[in-house]
Amino acid sequence: MRRFLVRRFGQAIVQLLLVGSIVFFLARLIPGDPARAALGDAATEEQVALTRAAMHLDEPFLGQFLGFWARLFQGDLGTSMISGRAVMQDLPSRIGNSLELVLLALAVSLVVGIVLGRIAATRADKPADHALVAGSIFGISLPVFVVGTLLLLVFAVLFPILPPRRFTSPWEDPVAHLQILILPVVTLAAASCAVITRMTRAAMLETLNADYVRTARAKGLAEKRVIRRHALRTAMLPVVSMTTVELTTLIGSTVLVETIFGWPGMSSLLMNAVGQRDYPVIQAVVLAAATIVILVNLVGDLAVRVLDPRAEDN
Amino acid sequence: MATAPESVAQALPDTPSRANGGRKPFFKRMLANRRTSVAGAFLLLIVVVAVLAPLIAPHDYRDIVGKPLTSGGTLGIDDFGRDVLSRLIIGLRTSLGVAVSAVLVAGVIGVALGLVAGYVGRWVSTIIMRGIDVLLSFPPIVLAIAVVAILGPALVNVVLVIGVLYIPRFTRIVYSQVLSIRSMEYVEASKIMGTRPADILAKTILPNVSAPIIVQLSLSVSFAIQMEAGLSFLGLGAQPPLPSLGTMVGAGRDFLEVQPTLLIYPSVLIILVVLALNVFGDGMRDLLDPRHRGKNS
Repeated sequence: MRRFLVRRFGQAIVQLLLVGSIVFFLARLIPGDPARAALGDAATEEQVALTRAAMHLDEPFLGQFLGFWARLFQGDLGTSMISGRAVMQDLPSRIGNSLELVLLALAVSLVVGIVLGRIAATRADKPADHALVAGSIFGISLPVFVVGTLLLLVFAVLFPILPPRRFTSPWEDPVAHLQILILPVVTLAAASCAVITRMTRAAMLETLNADYVRTARAKGLAEKRVIRRHALRTAMLPVVSMTTVELTTLIGSTVLVETIFGWPGMSSLLMNAVGQRDYPVIQAVVLAAATIVILVNLVGDLAVRVLDPRAEDN
Repeated sequence: MATAPESVAQALPDTPSRANGGRKPFFKRMLANRRTSVAGAFLLLIVVVAVLAPLIAPHDYRDIVGKPLTSGGTLGIDDFGRDVLSRLIIGLRTSLGVAVSAVLVAGVIGVALGLVAGYVGRWVSTIIMRGIDVLLSFPPIVLAIAVVAILGPALVNVVLVIGVLYIPRFTRIVYSQVLSIRSMEYVEASKIMGTRPADILAKTILPNVSAPIIVQLSLSVSFAIQMEAGLSFLGLGAQPPLPSLGTMVGAGRDFLEVQPTLLIYPSVLIILVVLALNVFGDGMRDLLDPRHRGKNS
């Protein structure tokens, strides 16, 4: 176990270093002079020079690279070229808002997906199973921005049950906060539900045919207990792995969902920055998103390791 | 990295595939599966429409043919007075063109990297596979937005970004397949006969890992279409006046109350195309991959 931990943590650290370096080089992909690109043609030479200095572009290359890491380790993700604020002033609360959506959507899709997957697997090849299988492939085929926009059309325009409204923080008005949460969470959860349903069904079908499940049945255990204690439990392992993959997908999907519903998360920060060519903010959000993904994968691998009785050092 | 399958597309088992195994010829078996053949026929129709789009579209996608936001033409007139049907047809061509090109970029590079990593092994595979892990550390659409924002919103940039982002799907599958067959007797035999490594990879190994690649191609196009549409929806893909299905959904949002069909038609078309690709991809997997048969169908 210790060897596994050391290797896995080492891998995560190497990934973080590489991801950070890629983010550093992203800004070097900007065609021409990034400062000029950000400020536009109307800016004077003096303004451009100031911005170049603020972006550390006037330093030698190696100095820029090392400086980037030095500042990163001090928690300095750069300064917005538009607002002049440190990115770290805005980013944490934006990440919090995004994670609220992502985690709620994940919780919803895990509960719904596992229940539906179990129903489908225990009724394999019966009408309920066929309906769920068809439903899940349909769900997987729904692009998130299409679902979001259509939900907005139905629930905000045609039947205004959930009219679009200003973002309200949960501390200000919890009820209003819950109301504005519903559509974005449902949008995000739709596709994940389908994926998890499929995964649970496939994994359970496999375990339901396994020898130890037959043994459990043969020794006279009630079918309910066989399914819950033996089949479902083992079938959860691939679902746990899948959960980490789904989290990555959800973090990506929030970009579209936040844009559609005006949710002030890190993706809307990203889209604003893209519109204003605010490169330091773009870099910071990409770095934050990738860091979250790496940590999620790390935790996911550790969880599988702890849960899987078959996993041993080798 | 989690050992989990990357996506809906599920990791494929590591046995060599038997594309020609089974009782009946491949196409007969495909036609016998109604769902797969319906999806396949629909995709064929979509491809024909996309290829012949300028000939099929009743109007030029830029022409003003009627009063804005009215029900003229077959499917109505958009906010600029352009024919919606014509724009849907050209939009389909744009989206499909970008998606297919991107997947081809990803497929060629991804398969090549997977073959080399699996066959050569040692430090070469370590470098390639760790690089793939790093690529997988970015939520794809976030990195795509950043890169397209930096390079400029042009379709060729979208193709390149999606292409690079989807390399891991192919590399991982090919890599695990090559690992499992590289010590097979027929590979060893070619080696002993003195065949050049490049020839072994291309003529002996590649044909034996082609089944999962074909499945992955089909499923990846479905993801690439969603990605292109998502980027275009955000204004980073196809630039006006050129329509893509994503830009049409995005533009339709502004007229939800006046003319919801502007949103509904492109949305339904995207859903149908993606659904057909997924059903077809699943069907292909069931056909080509004996171990997967019936599991996800």
